[in-house]
Amino acid sequence: MEIAYALIIGTLTFAGVYLVLRARTFPVVVGLTLLSYGVNLFLFSSGRLMTGGQPIIGSTEVYSDPLPQALVLTAIVIGFAMTAFAVVLALRAKADTDDDHVDGTRRTDLPEEAKHTNPPREETGQ
Amino acid sequence: MTLSLVVLLPFLGAIAAPLFAQAGRTAIAIASSVPALLALATLFPMWSTLAEGGAIVQTLEWLPQLGINFSFRLDGLSLMFALLILLIGLLIILYARYYLKPSENIGKFYAMLLCFMGSMLGIVLSSNLLLMMVFWELTSLTSFLLISFWNHKQDARRGARMALAITGGGGLALLAGILLIGRIVGSFELDVVLAAGDQIKAHALYPYALTLVLLGAFTKSAQFPFHFWLPHAMQAPTPVSAYLHSATMVKAGIFLMARLYPALAGTEQWFFMVSFTGMATLLIGAYVALFKHDLKGLLAYSTVSHLGLITLLLGMGTKLAAVAALFHIINHAIFKASLFMAAGIIDHETGSRDMRQINGLWHFMPHTATLAMVAAASMAGVPLLNGFLSKEMFFAEALSLNLPGIWAWVPPIVATLAGIFAVAYSARFIHDVFFNGAPRNLPIYPPHEPPRYMKIPVEILVVACILVGVFPAFSVGPLLQAAASATLGGEVPDYGLAVFHGFNLPLMMSLAAFVGGLLMYSQRHKLFEFHARFREIDEKAVFEAVVSWVVERARSLTALLENGSLQRYATLLVLSAVVVALAPLWGMTLIGSDGLTPIDWPTAIGAAILIFCTFATVYIRRERLTSLIMLSVVGLFVSLTFARLSAPDLAMTQISVEVVTIVLLMLALFYLPSWTPSEDSKARHVRDLTLAGVAGLGMAAVTLAMLTSPFSSISDYFIENSKPGGGGTNVVNVILVDFRGFDTLGEITVLAIAALGIYAMLRNRELQAPSTDGQGHPWAFDAHPTMLKQMSRPLLPLALMVSAYIFLRGHNLPGGGFIAGLITAIALLIQYIASGNHWTQARVNLRYHNVLALGLFFATVAGAASLMFDYPFLTSTFTYLTWPVVGKFEVASALVFDLGVYLTVVGATLLALVSLGKLTPTGRPMSRTEARQES
Repeated sequence: MEIAYALIIGTLTFAGVYLVLRARTFPVVVGLTLLSYGVNLFLFSSGRLMTGGQPIIGSTEVYSDPLPQALVLTAIVIGFAMTAFAVVLALRAKADTDDDHVDGTRRTDLPEEAKHTNPPREETGQ
Repeated sequence: MTLSLVVLLPFLGAIAAPLFAQAGRTAIAIASSVPALLALATLFPMWSTLAEGGAIVQTLEWLPQLGINFSFRLDGLSLMFALLILLIGLLIILYARYYLKPSENIGKFYAMLLCFMGSMLGIVLSSNLLLMMVFWELTSLTSFLLISFWNHKQDARRGARMALAITGGGGLALLAGILLIGRIVGSFELDVVLAAGDQIKAHALYPYALTLVLLGAFTKSAQFPFHFWLPHAMQAPTPVSAYLHSATMVKAGIFLMARLYPALAGTEQWFFMVSFTGMATLLIGAYVALFKHDLKGLLAYSTVSHLGLITLLLGMGTKLAAVAALFHIINHAIFKASLFMAAGIIDHETGSRDMRQINGLWHFMPHTATLAMVAAASMAGVPLLNGFLSKEMFFAEALSLNLPGIWAWVPPIVATLAGIFAVAYSARFIHDVFFNGAPRNLPIYPPHEPPRYMKIPVEILVVACILVGVFPAFSVGPLLQAAASATLGGEVPDYGLAVFHGFNLPLMMSLAAFVGGLLMYSQRHKLFEFHARFREIDEKAVFEAVVSWVVERARSLTALLENGSLQRYATLLVLSAVVVALAPLWGMTLIGSDGLTPIDWPTAIGAAILIFCTFATVYIRRERLTSLIMLSVVGLFVSLTFARLSAPDLAMTQISVEVVTIVLLMLALFYLPSWTPSEDSKARHVRDLTLAGVAGLGMAAVTLAMLTSPFSSISDYFIENSKPGGGGTNVVNVILVDFRGFDTLGEITVLAIAALGIYAMLRNRELQAPSTDGQGHPWAFDAHPTMLKQMSRPLLPLALMVSAYIFLRGHNLPGGGFIAGLITAIALLIQYIASGNHWTQARVNLRYHNVLALGLFFATVAGAASLMFDYPFLTSTFTYLTWPVVGKFEVASALVFDLGVYLTVVGATLLALVSLGKLTPTGRPMSRTEARQES
């Protein structure tokens, strides 16, 4: 059980990090979502894994740890708020720069000079 | 209180004085002198305690946990400095009244001068070293502002910047030194530190602490090799030069050495560092002073030299030398302040400070000339003047320093040599300015005597020179005795404050210096030629070059890290996180002592699907919609994982959030390209894959190690008290709304802020969506399919009922505000999807900001209600009611709080999604074929 669980978290982290490092906004948002799954599962598991031990008084003999559950519950909701914020940021960037690259100004269809945010030093001296 | 009042008064004056600026220079000068006079009057009754060698300590607690207190301490040493600061300060206030022109910003000048006075008093009166540090930095700042008072001059700005950089940098070193001392002793209070001298000197950190403290002192007191800021600070108005840069501020470093003398002095390191620095400064200052054509430049280097002399005396380590140092502090302050004021008068009346222009002023201003000549004679060390007495003591100490072998000759020779130079530059000051032919090309000709009252401060100081010179024991004896006893921490050796000690070796040295100096001055032309062979180094240019070099390096380093690419920042961020996390985890045991538990087939299959879909999401990431579908499967299986592992609340939350997230991402995809171009280089892919792989493996390893290690939870308390204390059987919900209610309040606030941020970002924005999907297919013609509409409408009341049920049962069974809020949000969202924005908006006429605000209001009120009953914030209570049909049920005040949570979640979710849905004002864009069909 523990190995499977560790593999799940490892996979989610790997996928999340890899997508977060991509150049376009949408994969980054997907990556953030995967990463937050991984983080939530990890935090949740700090109360150890247990089946049939729901922390409802009177429903079972042994209870699983309710504290990480309470923490993760709010984390899930806040994680959603963060994802939504990132999505909207991406849309706003698209609206402002007409491009969905994370760096904002980089355009593949523009000539070479326009790709730089700052003009090269020699040009500023004139 | 009274001591802190002494420090506070000038600061109050600094606020009040500018109010008098409109009333003229005399009014503001009088107003500015009031705080100084009051402070003197406050100090006066304390003298009787101090004369007996006592000290007065007053403490007001500030941050006692950190060892910082408003504690002030007055003893002989601090009194001596306080008197110098206040008395010379008063004379400066009077002098500046005539020095400044009416058109200048006198309000600013006096305010800053008083600020400086207060800060300087703070340094000498602070008993807490950290408090002293605060005042120390304040003097650096006020000095910076005063040097750049004429901020239209580039030289003034540069000089000010240099002074700030050097003294401020030294201040940082001093702070580190003080922190080390505090660590060694365990307190920052002066009484404790001074009593712990042996402990400090024996400690392993002593060399570092001493070096750092001395760095602070040397930079402040312009010791070699940090001396160069002082001559450049002479760009300040002359009253400032006289006050800050000769009489008081530059003595702060020396004060610090004297203050910490019992704690730090008496070791070999102290002797070598302090005495050799002092010796070098003494010689270099005296040598350069002779060659300065600028009147103030000469005085500045002479000041450097005299500061070196005092430092050398403190470094010698003998008690008599320390007494001589204190005596010379007083004497130097008196004669140098008067000389600066005289130089200011000359500058004022002739318009020049160049000694090649100002000659023969004796004929034009004999009164000023007499005063300046007496003061200059004191600087040279002429008998019957105060400078002679302390210089004599210095010569005697230089002789009695028992260094081994040939080194024994060094101090007396250095002392005599410095004496010769001092006589020579004093002679130059007198002869060049007041005699030596007639003035050449003066901007103001003929010069006159200054206004009567401008000379009064100089006269007072010159009288003091003579008074101390002739009756030393009578005039400064008691004060010096008190200061010496405070500095040495107890008994003071016998020292004779007589004018004449007989024909001894020190007198011979004085005589030699005198003859040698005059001889040197008479041969000055040869010396000047010799000196002119060396290229003069412009410290300012060097300093500017160093500063711009550092700035340039910093800039290129920043450019190296920050090239504007967020993708790169993300990579660096992950990389550093991986490195930081990996270092301590290296070599940990993967499987802990608790061992593994077996897995059943359904769980294993679920885990496999989850992992497979995660990889699939990444693999097909460029087809965004398909990738999104895979992501939703991952989310589904995450909620199943929660359900399987005894967390029903989490499972319900996750599945509802999943729905909202996928809807959100689909909406986003409507505006964003549906296809990700392949543009990253192969190297980048390999690098990112490696990084992500390491991160993933690391997380898997940490998880495995954690899950198999023994563990004890603090949750037993929550489980035990959930029912009796919180009135609910669902422990997770009771924790959220009761035990940790304050956390939850913070979290829903964050949620609200995020939603409002989204709203603000999209407000009044329009985004044109593409008219086809990524592959060029037009959008479906039927935007709102009838089946979906018909199905969704009856669903709404059902969904709302479910949500109400989930909300109400939350305290006892899985559910609660968060989950119910999400269900309600989804129910409404379906209406938006099925029937469109306009249709829904017309029927659900809610402003979601208000829902959001109402939610936070409920949650806060539910918390605050307990305050009315004298319980802490967010204390909950509950009771049982019996209704017909329903039976007995429980009502908890936490329900109101949970209602707040519910409303906030509904408001935040819908505000975010509906703002997004409204981005295209005209609804769905039409494709070309559609447009054709319409027309």
